[in-house]
Amino acid sequence: MNMLEVSHLSISFGGLKAVNDLNITIKKGQLYGLIGPNGAGKTTAFNLLTGVYKADTGSILLDGKNIAGMNTISINKAGIARTFQNIRLFKELSVLDNVKVGLHNQMGYSTIEGILRLPRYFKIEKQMNEKALELLDVMGLKDCAGFTAANLPYGKQRKLEIARALATNPKLLLLDEPAAGMNPNETEELMETIRFVRDKFDMTILLIEHDMRLVGGICEEITVLNFGQVLAQGVTSEVLNDPRVITAYLGE
Amino acid sequence: MNKKKTLINNLVTYGIVIIGYAVMMILQLTGSLSSSMKGFLVPICIYVIMAVSLNLVVGILGELSLGHAGFMCVGAYSSAVFSCAAQELITSAPLRFGIAILVGAAAAAVFGIIIGIPVLRLKGDYLAIVTLAFGEIIKNIVNIIYLGVDSNGLHISFDASAGTAGLGLLEDGRVIIKGAQGISGTPQDANFTIGIVLVLITLIIVLNLINSRDGRAIMSIRDNRIAAESIGINITKYKLMVFTISAALAGAAGALYSHNFATLTPAGDKFNYNASIMILVYVVLGGIGNIRGSIIAAVILYVLPEKLRFLRDYRMLVYAVVLILVMLFNWSPKMIEWRKSVAAKFKAKFGRKKTANEAEGGAQS
Repeated sequence: MNMLEVSHLSISFGGLKAVNDLNITIKKGQLYGLIGPNGAGKTTAFNLLTGVYKADTGSILLDGKNIAGMNTISINKAGIARTFQNIRLFKELSVLDNVKVGLHNQMGYSTIEGILRLPRYFKIEKQMNEKALELLDVMGLKDCAGFTAANLPYGKQRKLEIARALATNPKLLLLDEPAAGMNPNETEELMETIRFVRDKFDMTILLIEHDMRLVGGICEEITVLNFGQVLAQGVTSEVLNDPRVITAYLGE
Repeated sequence: MNKKKTLINNLVTYGIVIIGYAVMMILQLTGSLSSSMKGFLVPICIYVIMAVSLNLVVGILGELSLGHAGFMCVGAYSSAVFSCAAQELITSAPLRFGIAILVGAAAAAVFGIIIGIPVLRLKGDYLAIVTLAFGEIIKNIVNIIYLGVDSNGLHISFDASAGTAGLGLLEDGRVIIKGAQGISGTPQDANFTIGIVLVLITLIIVLNLINSRDGRAIMSIRDNRIAAESIGINITKYKLMVFTISAALAGAAGALYSHNFATLTPAGDKFNYNASIMILVYVVLGGIGNIRGSIIAAVILYVLPEKLRFLRDYRMLVYAVVLILVMLFNWSPKMIEWRKSVAAKFKAKFGRKKTANEAEGGAQS
């Protein structure tokens, strides 16, 4: 069963074809990698999947439903959540509140109930707290629940972004360079976490990464982009040994 | 633990307002309040409401609005028109004033929505400039409105050259709004108690909104718009909601204003951009996003220039210097350090009593 089917996806900015005829198929529960040199169009592909940009051509099927052309909010509701290359947390909110914002569309009460503090407010807030703490616990952030997000160390900020994305109850999780700026130990820990998230939530995960240890370690299949085009695609170990891929990364 | 802290913080805020009210009432009853101070009480409530509601837009939503006095103007006029028109119909003053406040708030909210829909597509400086313009437009339209009532119903005219004759009223007609001369004869229903009740209602709405699901969504938009969108927060909806609530509260403050003075005119600097900037000054110096700070700043900075009248020509000069000093005291890193060390000394002396104060200092830094 395919969770994501991207076919013939293209977008150009002026004369530049940032993503050109991209085809990716990801099965449910798969850990999929998207790699390529800088400027290859990886993040553009993410932005297309999440509706930040509208594709010129092509279709995106999420769990059989076409989501191409939908806006970011509807795409999130349809089941795609993401993290960002440059961390985008709600810096002045607490760690707990960051996750609770993620639960916004999952559970709720009306504005009036919130302002008048009707019984439903207390009931739902309690449920939200429990759910958020559960997610923080999974990501190993429960102890930091009361911290302001901006005060978290870098590695934990990345984890909090994942927790927040998970709170929206997605079918597909997009991670944009989750290991960027992490030391080898933190990367190792992150790999464990990503695997754990996949198993625990039965999640399908698509990630962009430059750290080949991480990609080789956890991704089952990968796609290599170069100048907006697919260079190679398939089982990770085979693709990483493809001479064309090595050339693209390391030069002649 | 976090929740308990905010609850205590909010209770302290309500407490400050109630204690302030009690002190003023005692002073008033014992006759030790000067007549000029008595005159300040209702305006203080008005500007506290204005500052708190503007802080909702500036501090919580993170957008700069410079047309806040325009909404106050809408609220003032619509409620005054209602009171004048319904003076004979509803004889109970508290009931009439209650409805007038709702009318003022509703009218301002409608304007908030009308202005908000096109304006909230803009961000930052652009939004500030357009709201400034809208505030001025409202004031200038009000300047040329003529409104009268007769047995045929309401008559309205925007022809300033024709004056009241432009309304074409019948014999039994009565002019309510006389253009630049404004409205006179509004029943003076406002008093300090009603003002404080309105302040408390404003605080309940604003503080409860901030500490709810919607408040989190609003603050998430402020902190990171792109991330908020990516987790399914409807940005337009929440921006419009904040703008409308803030406008409605300003409208209620306007109703308080128009029922505090016998005449209401668009002239002077009560509704123009100077007033909007003044309210923004209260918000900025009280601390952006700090509701309690807005209250304290509004009280002090409203009373101060009035109390400085004895300085005559140097009044605004001294006021400006005070503003700069307050700003330095609140925001300069050295002062924040100093305040923290003082707070720590206090804490050491009085045990755990001062934790709330310290927490506030931490939030400001």
